[in-house]
Amino acid sequence: MKQVAINQPKKQPGRFILYGLLIFAGLVSLFPFYWMFVMATQPNHVINQTPPALLPGAELVTNFTNVLGTIDFFGAMMNSLIVSVAVTAGSLFLCSLAGFAFAKLKFKGRDVLFVLILITMMIPPQLGLIPTYYIISQLGWLSDLKAIIVPGLINAFGIFWMRQYIKEAVPDELIEAARIDGCSIFRVYWNIVTPAILPAFATLGIIVFMNVWNDFLWPLVVLQDQSSHTLQVALRALSDSYNRDYGMILSGTFWATVPLIIVFLLFNKAFISSLTQGAVKS
Amino acid sequence: MVSNSEKYTEKKARRSLSEEKRHSIAGYLFVSPFFILFAIFGLFPMLFSFYLAFFKWNGLGEMTYNGINNFTIIFNDPIFWKSIYNTVIIGLLGTVPQLIVAFLLAYALNSQVLRFKNTFRVAIFMPYVTSIVAVAILFSIIFNNQSFGLVNSFLGIFGVEPIVFTQSEWGAKIAIAAMIFWRWVGYNTIIYLAGMQSISNDLYEAAKIDGATLTQQLRYITLPMLKPFVLFTVFMGTIGSLQIFTEPLIFFGGNLREEGITVVAYLYRDAFENNFFGTASAVAIVLFVIIMVFSVINLLVTNRLGRGKARKA
Repeated sequence: MKQVAINQPKKQPGRFILYGLLIFAGLVSLFPFYWMFVMATQPNHVINQTPPALLPGAELVTNFTNVLGTIDFFGAMMNSLIVSVAVTAGSLFLCSLAGFAFAKLKFKGRDVLFVLILITMMIPPQLGLIPTYYIISQLGWLSDLKAIIVPGLINAFGIFWMRQYIKEAVPDELIEAARIDGCSIFRVYWNIVTPAILPAFATLGIIVFMNVWNDFLWPLVVLQDQSSHTLQVALRALSDSYNRDYGMILSGTFWATVPLIIVFLLFNKAFISSLTQGAVKS
Repeated sequence: MVSNSEKYTEKKARRSLSEEKRHSIAGYLFVSPFFILFAIFGLFPMLFSFYLAFFKWNGLGEMTYNGINNFTIIFNDPIFWKSIYNTVIIGLLGTVPQLIVAFLLAYALNSQVLRFKNTFRVAIFMPYVTSIVAVAILFSIIFNNQSFGLVNSFLGIFGVEPIVFTQSEWGAKIAIAAMIFWRWVGYNTIIYLAGMQSISNDLYEAAKIDGATLTQQLRYITLPMLKPFVLFTVFMGTIGSLQIFTEPLIFFGGNLREEGITVVAYLYRDAFENNFFGTASAVAIVLFVIIMVFSVINLLVTNRLGRGKARKA
């Protein structure tokens, strides 16, 4: 080992505490997922018994069939997917374009405009909630996925982040050379800047996608028709249904969680580093 | 801009005027989508909220000027004060233990002798990836009022009578704080871990040569160097706590009881269940002011602590 051990426990008890703590924390973190699966496979009468079941039952298919009978699960998942992909793609494009302008183009008032964007980051989203709802209803966008997608494209953090990245990742000389060769400014962005910032797209993309996928308050307010519900709003409707069929409810949350977990396990390194990068840099 | 060759300088001089113009046009064009969208969906709603806070409006009929009455109404509503109290208590219960535990876990994960580091890291981080709605539903069933609820049946082993979590002053808060704790502890652990890994090993090495004990290393190296990260998590935790909404809404199943109503839940109920858009806007303004006060305090503290020290974050 090249590195010097930092907090190396000298005796076995130290190591025992270390592993004990982490194993306990790991179990506490994972147990709710396991229990969600257990409940998703149990009939209701088993769930309502004391003590509760801790091993899976045989009702996996039945419970999920009941979910499909209560809410349009796949429709809601499709809505979530459309909204998240659209917002991610759109805001990556707009943020990188604006980030490029702030990092590399010279124009009057550039720095003032950039500071204005930073200031907007401090406004809590709830402040404009009611008027934004009113605007959306006037536009006739209630229960329309546009109500989530269009306002979702504003992303001050994304612009800030792209500007920092483009400043470091794209040398001025490269842009000048391309301009001399007759590239239009948009072509410089498209052919030179975007290939150079693919890692930034990946990290910001994960952050944006997760935020949109998990957003609840705004979709709850504007998506009123059941057919327009995103997964989060549909899950809420599921748990509010009058018969409290816990097996069915947790089957819904379980199958809504599985895709996220699979994606996370496949890309956990990129996931963790993007979320910490986004956090620590801001 | 630095030019490399004479030929290049010449060329640049010839087209410099038009180049400047092009930069300007492209620059304004590229940043305009943000400002156009922000004007419609950010600035206008924000200003309109300030305006609306002084009017009586149900969202459909006429707006009637109401002066500062909306503020008088909410300030005289005990439930509003209860919502502020709840928000603060739930925030403290959910955040303070969480940050302490996250620090301990990060310290353990940073140990050089540890095996299966990535497995632990992934396990602890996983709750963050799930949606808040799923977490809130799951925990509302874990904290079920009946004796068959997971927490109640565990307490039953020790002879504790089933707690009616949704109707108990502390039960409701603890259940909601538990959701927040479980979902966020891994995230903050990773932030602290990133901070610890950015501390140079030389510092520890030097301290060891000077005979510093583990506690001394922790106190004089790890904690001070981690300060920017701690401040970041405290700041995010505070702002996040002030905006708690999903957990109580799901936990109470639409019947937001005063044991667990938060400020944003109060706002939501006023606006979208009772159609009191004026008072709801007044709530939004009060929330905005509280968040601004916390942000400014945080900025001042950060600046003071960061002065003269090499910032890591």
